[in-house]
Amino acid sequence: MEKMLRTLLAAALTTSVFVSPASAEMLTEVGKGEGQVNIVAWPGYIERGETDKNFDWVTSFEQKTGCKVQIKTANTSDEMVALMNEGGFDLVTASGDASLRLIAGKRVQPVNTSLIPSWGTVDDRLKSAPWHTADGKHYGVPYMWGPNVLMYNTEAFKTPPTSWKVVFEEMTLDDGKSNKGRVQAYDGPIHIADAANYLMAHKPELGIRSPYELNAEQYAAALDLLRQQRTLVSRYWHDAFIQMDDFKNEGVVASGSWPFQVNLLQGEGLPIASVIPEEGATGWADTTMMHIDAENPNCSYMWMEHTLSSNLMSDLSVWFGANPSVPAACTDGRGMQTAEGCTKNGMDDFEKIKFWTTPVSKCASQDQCVPYYRWVSDYIGVIGGR
Amino acid sequence: MPPNALNWRGRLSDTLWRRPRLLLFLLLAPPVLWLGVIYLGSLFALLAQSFFSIDEFSGVIKYEFTLKTYRELLIPANLDIIIRTVLMAAFVTIGAAIVAFPIAYFAARYARGKWKALFYLGVMLPLWSSYLVKVYAWKLILAKEGILNWILAKLHLTWLLDAWLSLPIIGGNSLSVSYTGTFLVFLYVWMPFMVLPIQASLERVPSSFIEASADLGANARQTFFNVILPLALPGVIAGSIFTFSLTLGDYIIPQIIGSSRLFIGQAVYAHQGTAGNIPLAAAFTVVPVVIMGFYLWAAKKKGAFDAL
Repeated sequence: MEKMLRTLLAAALTTSVFVSPASAEMLTEVGKGEGQVNIVAWPGYIERGETDKNFDWVTSFEQKTGCKVQIKTANTSDEMVALMNEGGFDLVTASGDASLRLIAGKRVQPVNTSLIPSWGTVDDRLKSAPWHTADGKHYGVPYMWGPNVLMYNTEAFKTPPTSWKVVFEEMTLDDGKSNKGRVQAYDGPIHIADAANYLMAHKPELGIRSPYELNAEQYAAALDLLRQQRTLVSRYWHDAFIQMDDFKNEGVVASGSWPFQVNLLQGEGLPIASVIPEEGATGWADTTMMHIDAENPNCSYMWMEHTLSSNLMSDLSVWFGANPSVPAACTDGRGMQTAEGCTKNGMDDFEKIKFWTTPVSKCASQDQCVPYYRWVSDYIGVIGGR
Repeated sequence: MPPNALNWRGRLSDTLWRRPRLLLFLLLAPPVLWLGVIYLGSLFALLAQSFFSIDEFSGVIKYEFTLKTYRELLIPANLDIIIRTVLMAAFVTIGAAIVAFPIAYFAARYARGKWKALFYLGVMLPLWSSYLVKVYAWKLILAKEGILNWILAKLHLTWLLDAWLSLPIIGGNSLSVSYTGTFLVFLYVWMPFMVLPIQASLERVPSSFIEASADLGANARQTFFNVILPLALPGVIAGSIFTFSLTLGDYIIPQIIGSSRLFIGQAVYAHQGTAGNIPLAAAFTVVPVVIMGFYLWAAKKKGAFDAL
């Protein structure tokens, strides 16, 4: 999980040099299965009951279709793009940054949604999401999504914090002590977007329209806010388990985080809760995409249907602390997930989430934006105290 | 026996016998190719990358010779990273030498038989367990609510730790988020690499020299500074090569223990992996290579390689 989300930081500056040969025709009907399907996936995304026997969404598929599922896990978006460029795979669970690169590099093919009977059950908010839709064509089936929530210690906060202010500005918390040294921030340049998101609400005069599209002035304001944050943060976090340890042993009481850590810490009985503050939050969304030269297209289509119609969405959302792309999976008892569980994972907060995309210089909302590689070098400077 | 009765093996054997240089070539080719192509080749590919630059606006790498990327190394934020890393490496090396010398001295001069075996075991044991496990263990030891703080509280010494942590730069919110913590973990992890070369060099100091020194009226202190230390110095320098270069290149420890301020290794990782700024990552990699080049050159002059 931590690796998967860490990769949400992976950049998409590289324009793929691969130009595909004549692209394959879109399938018009699903034939007999080829006997196997090869999937590139994040660790923990495709479980066959080997890690925990309660979490299995592969065996039933293999029995039903005769398609043997072969998984290659990848730890970063860059790795996923590289594997897809190499070829030999049918499907990939691509995050927002990788998905657009794969489409731009012509490594994935449009999906004929009429061949996926359960397409209609997909969350309407995700059906045509910009990270898998280009020129009106769907380049995949939505998989999982999740918000970056504000995790806090309920002993330090008598009432849930309503604003990200607690991690950006010095203040006295409910327990009478300052937040200095007791808050954390994400140790990746994408955290600049969280600062921009905060400024969007609190400094409207800057005119920020998307936290991923910042001009020089907006960007400088975000960096200033982060410099102020540096004085409050003892250690930035990048590894989910280190962060959990810091909440347990270092006296950290508030930080941007993922539902994953919140669920695990609550599971251990610690006084931890999370909230999506009034400014909204950043988040991630993944898509199952099909390789342009997929050798097993029939099994691939069957798998995409399986992701939407089986227990997968429901159980995976429990396993991962994420949200299913099929809202019914929360309530219809196809798996272990419940309506309360989905709410806890942020299912109802979709509108508040600004989904992660790679900052590029040619942005939509204004003439010229600061590209991602500058985010990287400047964020290093901010953490270094510059 | 007619010549055509020789099979191909025989002929091959004859050829190699007559032309020993060919044999030498065949034996040396694979390792030389390995070293030349895989090691030096990749090193030069890296070096070449550092002379390219990234386009300011599009973020695309421009494949033209330029020194712009090296100039970028000198901007304050990047210079900070280099200075921070070199200082940490220097302090870890000095600290390791001070702690390791008495241990090595005891092992070389006094430990015998069972004790010697125990010493080797004690020094080597940390090397057998996983590096990550050790670092995570240290995170727990140094944590604000960790065992070290607990012991200090029991001893009523919390004031001492607080005073130390309130110091600028080396202090912080707790040991595990301060440079002091990073230093301690580096010191622990690289210690065996310092102890073993010093011990090897101390064992080579003939005891007759020390006796002669005493016979000539030198006291223990004079003997140590005039006889033992100069003779053991190559071992100290050999050890320092390990501790210095290992600290210079490490990117795991400062990631887990410390204040999140980057070290060179982490900067390389950040620039190449996520930012796609390969030229700057390459330029950063050249820094430790150059520093170690000078270091090894100086160490060689001091005769450190004789002690390895």
